[in-house]
Amino acid sequence: MNIITPIVRDPNAEQFDTSRLLAHARQQAEDRKYEDFMIIDVDSHHYETGSYKEIFDYIDDPVMRDNFKFSKGQTLHPRSTGGYQEMAGRITRYQHRATEQGLPGAPHRDIGLTRKWMDAMGVDVACIFPTPMLGLGLNPVIQVEVQYARAYNRWLTERILAEEPRMVSMLYLPVNDPDAALKMVEDFGGRKGVIGFLVTTARYKPLYDNCYMKLYRALEERGLPIAFHSATNWGDQGMNISNKFIAIHALGFSWFNILHMTNWVVNGIPERFPGLKSIWIESGLAWIPFVMQRLDNEYMMRSSEAPTLKRLPSEYMREMYYSTQPMEMINNHSMLQETFKMINAESQLLYASDYPHWDMDLPSTIYDLPFLSQQAKRNILGESARKLFKLDTLIAPEKKARLKARGVAA
Amino acid sequence: MAQQVFVCNEIEMKDGDVRIVRQDRIEVGVYRHEGAFYAYRNHCLHQGGPACEGIIRGKVVDIYAEDKSFVAQTYDDSEPHIICPWHGWEYKLKTGECAPDPKLRLKRHDVVQREGGVYVVI
Repeated sequence: MNIITPIVRDPNAEQFDTSRLLAHARQQAEDRKYEDFMIIDVDSHHYETGSYKEIFDYIDDPVMRDNFKFSKGQTLHPRSTGGYQEMAGRITRYQHRATEQGLPGAPHRDIGLTRKWMDAMGVDVACIFPTPMLGLGLNPVIQVEVQYARAYNRWLTERILAEEPRMVSMLYLPVNDPDAALKMVEDFGGRKGVIGFLVTTARYKPLYDNCYMKLYRALEERGLPIAFHSATNWGDQGMNISNKFIAIHALGFSWFNILHMTNWVVNGIPERFPGLKSIWIESGLAWIPFVMQRLDNEYMMRSSEAPTLKRLPSEYMREMYYSTQPMEMINNHSMLQETFKMINAESQLLYASDYPHWDMDLPSTIYDLPFLSQQAKRNILGESARKLFKLDTLIAPEKKARLKARGVAA
Repeated sequence: MAQQVFVCNEIEMKDGDVRIVRQDRIEVGVYRHEGAFYAYRNHCLHQGGPACEGIIRGKVVDIYAEDKSFVAQTYDDSEPHIICPWHGWEYKLKTGECAPDPKLRLKRHDVVQREGGVYVVI
């Protein structure tokens, strides 16, 4: 008789460890045989706050550098309203991650911590973004955005991306200074692990302005996608009448991409730069059919206001890319299925975890959807992103070991 | 077939404590609260997180004045919630019901106390 000895443990007595926290994610990865295909996570994060000392040393301007060092990074956040993501201690990784060790042998603590969650979830390649920097576009001091973005991008490419082939990024663009943004593309566009560039959309610059045309041309010429990552801004003149983070987050993360997407389309940017691929990140999915329907309806009455367009707004939007997270999925399968149809999800939807943030989504949120074919699941979880970013197929060592244990050639 | 799995001696768990028991592929969280024992499957109904490995906190309630104007918030410690550490889904410790949607419920396991020991039926 096969007797299995039970294991009894006291979770409150254990040291925090990402691998243990995500043990159930690893079980999901094994049960679903994620080793059979490549998973790419197009939106995940690290906490650059843990590497501030290193990053500040990359700031060119010595006066600015001292400002950052002595303010311990507060220079970045003159309008901080934060402190709600951790849900008053409910999301335990927020309070414990700072003391967690990386992995022995990993070139950098951030690489070690990232490998831990990637391996648990079955993610082979992760596109990494910073965290507090998502609000940097709101900083009233343009040079703060420019100087810090350049320092961060140098640090990220030299200390992280150069060392870890499983980590890639779309680099932050200091959009408040169009020339500096263009120079960022020119200087960093060819670096290892750089698969595109990022515009954080919690900002108040019109992205259709003529000052950005050289930037878009430079990206198009290089075949590098532009990504729009949303965020919250509690200081926004509309948002600041809300008194709860749930409202700010639910609306804000969709709102800023709704705003910039609408401007992007009605100003004909997709017609002017047909080779420039755009990715809309972390706004969920429900907003996309809403904007498609609103714009199509208005366009048919007011097409003379958007004469550059040759097709319905929704047709341009259907050719853009979207990240999955945070996917609305409570009691809404028929709506979700319709949304997938409307956005051509099988080719345009890209899996994103947003880990380690509080509303992260596991690969199973896609894999377990009953209305998707096996090929559609694989496309969304990795293959569409692999094609978009022209990445080589890469299967993580842990997944290769599982294949070997099953007698399957990697 | 279900069997009684030894968790610990009764004196080793005080009020507010939890133990995670793994038997083969099944994990169960065993709680002690106000002297009683409760046990639930350690599997969040949201994305499968370790629902029993997070913090326990009283239900948050809004306090209103007679005219319905908002006064403050407080914790109702008579209704403790189990909180999944992955995303914050909350379950009632005494019933396993999902706090915002009682149609959802963590799978419950029986707890047996005998001869000073605590056992969970898995």
